[in-house]
Amino acid sequence: MAGTIFTITSGKGGVGKTTITVNLGVGLALRGKKVVCIDGDIGLRNMDVILGLENRIVYDIVDVVEGRCRLKQAMIRDKRLPELYLIPASQTRDKNAVSAQDMIKVCSELKSEFDAVLIDSPAGIEQGFKTAVAPADKVFVVTNPEVSAVRDADRIIGLIEAAEKGPASLIINRINSAMVNRGEMLNQDDINELLAIDLIGLIPEDENVIISTNKGTPIVFDEKTKAGRAFRNLAARVDGESIPFDEIGEKESFIDRFKKMFG
Amino acid sequence: MGFWNRNADSRSSTTAKERLKFVLVHDRTDISLQTMDRMKNEIVEVIVRYFDIDPADLVIDIHHEGRNQKLVADVPIKNTRQK
Repeated sequence: MAGTIFTITSGKGGVGKTTITVNLGVGLALRGKKVVCIDGDIGLRNMDVILGLENRIVYDIVDVVEGRCRLKQAMIRDKRLPELYLIPASQTRDKNAVSAQDMIKVCSELKSEFDAVLIDSPAGIEQGFKTAVAPADKVFVVTNPEVSAVRDADRIIGLIEAAEKGPASLIINRINSAMVNRGEMLNQDDINELLAIDLIGLIPEDENVIISTNKGTPIVFDEKTKAGRAFRNLAARVDGESIPFDEIGEKESFIDRFKKMFG
Repeated sequence: MGFWNRNADSRSSTTAKERLKFVLVHDRTDISLQTMDRMKNEIVEVIVRYFDIDPADLVIDIHHEGRNQKLVADVPIKNTRQK
């Protein structure tokens, strides 16, 4: 996977793009990869707080693009891991401060030095999204098992194909196994059939994600949590391993077995 | 789908999937129901010149094949002998 540029996008906001980018980045770094995460959401910077590095920012990507610092100076090293870096977004500027050409230039500089460059795209289908996708070797689309998120994912998948950056791979976030078992939530097969792209990540809903975000310690560090394990699986698949999608394969409850027996 | 799940098709995930299928077909092709109806009527006008059909039997739908769409028409002929 040496020198691969991944862009994480979704169309709809609030589906968990930043959480996924950060946890995939940490997950890959835990596997010994050299990783840099770029916050592409200029004006709405968030990756720094999700990673827990908010108090270490001096320069951001707009400073790099506008020549106020060197690329190296804007890269914050995460001290918990040997080779994980963050390039933060600017909080005071807007999406037009970084062009697609700027992003391509920054990434081509990073590509030779890193195993993986992860770009967190802003929500929407406008310039910010186009900028984030422009340098990508591979695009991951994040969705939730809800009608609005799936519809927007389909739209963004079409735009990725049109930009000749396809085929994208899918990450389903916040899937609730109890609701899936009751038939009250779309499952991965339903979403696969609708969107017709390869699945690469299946992240169960887990309240530990919010707890870990509160602390600034990405959940993937904690192997004991459902979501933490799911993010490790995602990182392993991105790294080329073939791992079955059993993230929500919880054991059947007594009631479920009882129902089946008499069903 | 036994005694406990008699209403399997009324489960909300089934409804969500059916609704999404419909929405995605029209999002992807950018064709409204009205336009589809107009096209259907135009096609009927042509076919009735050559075949004996009941316009009400004509079914034209957009089908999915992976991420590709195709237009599928099913046109039963009432009388197979030539007019």
